[in-house]
Amino acid sequence: MTFRRDPDGTHPPLDHPGYRSTALRHPKQPLVLMPQRLTELTGPLLGPGRLGEHDNDLTVQHDGEPIGQRIVVHGRLLDGDGRPVRGSLVEIWQANAAGRYKHRADRWAAPLDPNFEGVGRALTDADGHYEFTTIRPGAYPWGNHANAWRPAHIHFSLFGTSFTQRLITQMYFPDDPLFFQDPIYQSVPESARSRLVAAYDHDRTTDHWALGFRFDIVLRGREATPAEDA
Amino acid sequence: MEPTPSQTIGPFLHIGLPWPDGAHVVAGDTPDAIWIRGAVYDGAGELVPDALVETWQADPDGTFDHPDSPGRCEFRGFGRCPTDDNGEYEIRTLLPGAVDGQAPHIDVSVFARGLLNRVITRIYFPHLLDDGDPLLDTVPEDRQHTLIAQRTDDGYRFDIHLQGPNETVFFDL
Ligand SMILES: [Fe+2]
Repeated sequence: MTFRRDPDGTHPPLDHPGYRSTALRHPKQPLVLMPQRLTELTGPLLGPGRLGEHDNDLTVQHDGEPIGQRIVVHGRLLDGDGRPVRGSLVEIWQANAAGRYKHRADRWAAPLDPNFEGVGRALTDADGHYEFTTIRPGAYPWGNHANAWRPAHIHFSLFGTSFTQRLITQMYFPDDPLFFQDPIYQSVPESARSRLVAAYDHDRTTDHWALGFRFDIVLRGREATPAEDA
Repeated sequence: MEPTPSQTIGPFLHIGLPWPDGAHVVAGDTPDAIWIRGAVYDGAGELVPDALVETWQADPDGTFDHPDSPGRCEFRGFGRCPTDDNGEYEIRTLLPGAVDGQAPHIDVSVFARGLLNRVITRIYFPHLLDDGDPLLDTVPEDRQHTLIAQRTDDGYRFDIHLQGPNETVFFDL
């Protein structure tokens, strides 16, 4: 069975003038329709071999604890029909509490944290649930426009079960005052933007320990009718 | 349920996504292994040093390591390589077999700073096209060459032009 196409109004356009780097990097020729055949209906099923012991707790990867607000980010990986995607690799990367990535190309004059890599991996469980313990990333400036700041975010990479479902996205925090001027967030059609914003989750907030945030991720679902050719 | 929107991979993908064996779909000493190498270019012809190239393919018998594949194999089939400072990526793999009446091919996702969603293309091989291919046949003839890798000493070269006069054919999946 093939996967439903994402409806118009789901993803950002590849050409989004507000985000200047799209100008020379978006295809200008029309895309060619790719019917889903076996290569697109299958995909890498990357399992436990990709995980280290502390990969889902970004606060214990060094001898000391990273500076910042300790948070738990959790949610379910689902397909468009609400079915859990089980045993699937979830990868995240993020800035530290000061908004600085541990990356040689990040020249923002905020301190690095010797106790923070900013990289995590997890596998979804039988309910499609994943969970990370980390610290809340800081906002950071960039050169896109005058006084440009990225709202705090965590980068997410998801595989699902097929090449067709592959998704890379970013999770934001509720009520960020920087949304209005961020062309990457604003590139998403307005009605879909809230799907990128985690919800504060008091049930998952732990007394005297960490704030909880919930971020469910929905990949493409299956067509209701069988494909006419496979 | 409504699908989650895509966002750009951003410029700092290198801290999170590369794996030590990412580019090695097969181990280095595997017989008949080939290198697929190429560079990613933008619309000004500049190299793109902050892209991620991912590949997905069948094994030499045309089967996948996936429950929906007739005759499931144990070949990883997946490759992942960030571009370097020169915009170059490389993947160590085996030539795929024909799949379901299609010419041997490798599906490719390209992610990059400045790409708000991935772009999808396919690698075909010049000596494996004699029987045609149902997808390649739908591509305008004067652009088909952008999907066909070029033979090199130790494998193939497949450059990716995100934009410009040589723009690679990208697919709407
Ligand atoms: Fe970022």
